Amino acid sequence: MIELVKNTKIDFMGLRKYAFAFSAILVILGFVGTVQIYRGKANLGIDLAGGTSIQLKFQKPFSMDEIRSLLAKAGHGEASLQEVSGENILMLKMRALGGKEEKMVAEPMMNLLRQSLPGNPFVVESVSEIGPAIGHKLRRDAELAMLVSALAIICYLAWRFEFKFGVAAAVATFHDIFALVGIFWILGIEKDLLFITALLTIGGYSLTDTVVVFDRIRENIRLRKKGSFSETINLSVNEVLSRTIVTSTTVFIATVTLLAFGGIVLRNFALALSIGIVIGTYSSIFVASPIVAVWRGEKMTEVKR
Amino acid sequence: MWKSITGRITLIAVLTAVSIIILVPSLTDQVPKGWKDRVPKINLGLDLQGGVFLRLAVEIDKAIENTSMRYADDARAVCREKALPVLSFQKAGDGGFSFRFPPGDFASRAQAALKEEFPSLDVSLGEVKADGATVIARMKPAEIQAIRTNAVVQGVETIRNRIDQFGVVEPQIVAEGEDRIVVQLPGVKDQQRAIELVGKTALLEFKLVDEGASVEEALKGNVPEDAQVLYQKSVDPQSGRATKTPMVVKKRALLTGDTIKTAKVNFGNQAGGAHVSLSFDTRGAKVFDRVTAENVKRRLAIVLDDTIYSAPVIQERISGGEAQITGSFTAEEASDLAIVLRAGSLPAPVKVIQNVSIGPSLGLDSIKKGVRAALIGAILVVLFMGFYYKFAGLVADFALVFNILFLLSGMAAVSATLTLPGIAGIILAIGMAVDSNVLIFERIREEIRAKKSVRAAIDAGYDKAFWTVVDSHVTTLITAVILFQFGTGPIKGFAVTLSMGVAINLFTALVCTKVVFDYLNAKKPMQALSI
Repeated sequence: MIELVKNTKIDFMGLRKYAFAFSAILVILGFVGTVQIYRGKANLGIDLAGGTSIQLKFQKPFSMDEIRSLLAKAGHGEASLQEVSGENILMLKMRALGGKEEKMVAEPMMNLLRQSLPGNPFVVESVSEIGPAIGHKLRRDAELAMLVSALAIICYLAWRFEFKFGVAAAVATFHDIFALVGIFWILGIEKDLLFITALLTIGGYSLTDTVVVFDRIRENIRLRKKGSFSETINLSVNEVLSRTIVTSTTVFIATVTLLAFGGIVLRNFALALSIGIVIGTYSSIFVASPIVAVWRGEKMTEVKR
Repeated sequence: MWKSITGRITLIAVLTAVSIIILVPSLTDQVPKGWKDRVPKINLGLDLQGGVFLRLAVEIDKAIENTSMRYADDARAVCREKALPVLSFQKAGDGGFSFRFPPGDFASRAQAALKEEFPSLDVSLGEVKADGATVIARMKPAEIQAIRTNAVVQGVETIRNRIDQFGVVEPQIVAEGEDRIVVQLPGVKDQQRAIELVGKTALLEFKLVDEGASVEEALKGNVPEDAQVLYQKSVDPQSGRATKTPMVVKKRALLTGDTIKTAKVNFGNQAGGAHVSLSFDTRGAKVFDRVTAENVKRRLAIVLDDTIYSAPVIQERISGGEAQITGSFTAEEASDLAIVLRAGSLPAPVKVIQNVSIGPSLGLDSIKKGVRAALIGAILVVLFMGFYYKFAGLVADFALVFNILFLLSGMAAVSATLTLPGIAGIILAIGMAVDSNVLIFERIREEIRAKKSVRAAIDAGYDKAFWTVVDSHVTTLITAVILFQFGTGPIKGFAVTLSMGVAINLFTALVCTKVVFDYLNAKKPMQALSI
């Protein structure tokens, strides 16, 4: 038998003060990041904020300065340019300018480049133009999805365990989502629709992890009847620790592969998943169960089956 | 015992056979046609094969206004016939207009006449002043509602007709909400052309050129009340430079495109380039015959979406219901023009509010990278399980293969669309699929440590892990289903693969692996388990 961890007796509940402090920092960070997103100050992708993004592949190397001045002359000075070095790829992004006017600018911009750089033709790899109203709608849909799933999960867990477990799991899930938002905000990485997908995935993953620990706690309460609730949590977390680590490892292998080989389109998404798995694993050990312990008290009342 | 084992093996075998039958046509083209045509397929998302995604806003208010202005034109004609002098004309709110008449009983006579002539209008008398009186006409609410619903439904129909003639495989054109149309055109290479084809209102009108009015004066703003300035666009074939020539034409359209029966492209007439030949239906032919007879030696402008295509002089009366639109077209432009004329005009103008176009090369690159990442991820996970759990790990890997097979064929069965996030969803589903086996195996290890026999340990492991596996899967399934319900675009693609993966995983983890252990135990109980 290969065992990564063996008969551990770590006092997880004893560490909870540090864990809570650490989590508080993560959540505050996430809260600030969320506020910044709403103020439009965070780096939001154009699919959420509205705007235009164009990816062109030129035949020959091009000068960023030349293109920048060309665009500025045509009144598109606010466009942000980025090049993929070595591949002659130009990425052009323009945020929708306030207001509801849904103006399409991609075609005139590409025509301008086509005519101004006749010696260096390009292939259009992708164009996406999203009106601000649609951007808002996509964001609202995503928020709604998060809220409804949280409610549905609280209901399911309240039915399968008890209400306090359901709420604790939901809190832990939102903890992870906030933490990821915070980390991405600090790193200044663009947050787009795929990022929201990643948030929801991590929510689901972290929940699975939490449910496994809760299940063991419930079982141990029934078996032991003696001792304190905190001891039972410690025992349960230690018992499932090897499962937690093995599972996190396999999922982590999958997401890191995606990060390494998935290409540029999936890079941020895979990064969010990889970081999220670490946080999700942490939260199911250090956040979810301690919340139940604090809320429920140390009495070993049985959890219904 | 044997009965239950053979039952489960049969079930797995049948499912496998069905899955392979469903899946193969999605993977390769080398299958008999009868098989291919009868079986649903996995669609590739736009991000994986290139194409165009458009969200259009239907400008219903414009459709309502257009209709009311048409009523106003007709109403004015009625007044003229009855010798009721209209002094001035004004728009009046949503779908309404008003006429001012000189003092006397003109206004009340007009009211009576319009009421009788236009049953779908509410006609009322406005203020009566010393210098005249007004008559206000409004479309009835039912009429406005009909235009509203019709605009989107008919818009979808019209766009579908155009796309069908343009030749796109598996286009998706659906109404969204009250005033949106979503158009997905996978695999389209000439994307700008497709966007223009979809977005053209294609309102074709024949209008007389106002020979009496001066273009210079009109450009300064002195346009006669019944006329308007429109531009004729022409492109120099050598330099590619576009020029716009202003022209004053009568506002009233003598004939519109809804009377067109067919439209086709012809080459090589007197002008040399491509041109579009039209033929009218009986009503259109009759009107065209009368219009040309009445206006010989005058110029007739052919106007599409407020742009003049040509303005030939009518040489003689044209009966027989045939006409031509010439202009400086390329062959493609002429063929697109013919398509939109055949498919009919959109009932209301549409505005592109979201356009996502992915070039075919990027699509190819994405799918290559995505699939490769998925494969590498899967292989690494398989190796890890074999290494960590030895023989039991191999059993889990065996279940994983079934998992992926069932997942892909499940996607084919519902004709799901595979997107890049969908591939990510598969990778994640693989990662989570092994979790159920990890849960079970860790339990089995605990039981073995507690000195139970192998057979008892396996049974107890599955028993004790059962509810944990169910709980963790159901919670993930809940999120995935809700994502599917509320999500759009990448979120939806991700939710499809994840929810299917989770559901299938419940079966493979609890049934496919257990049957292997049961089979091995059935002959004689295992003495040791490599786990």
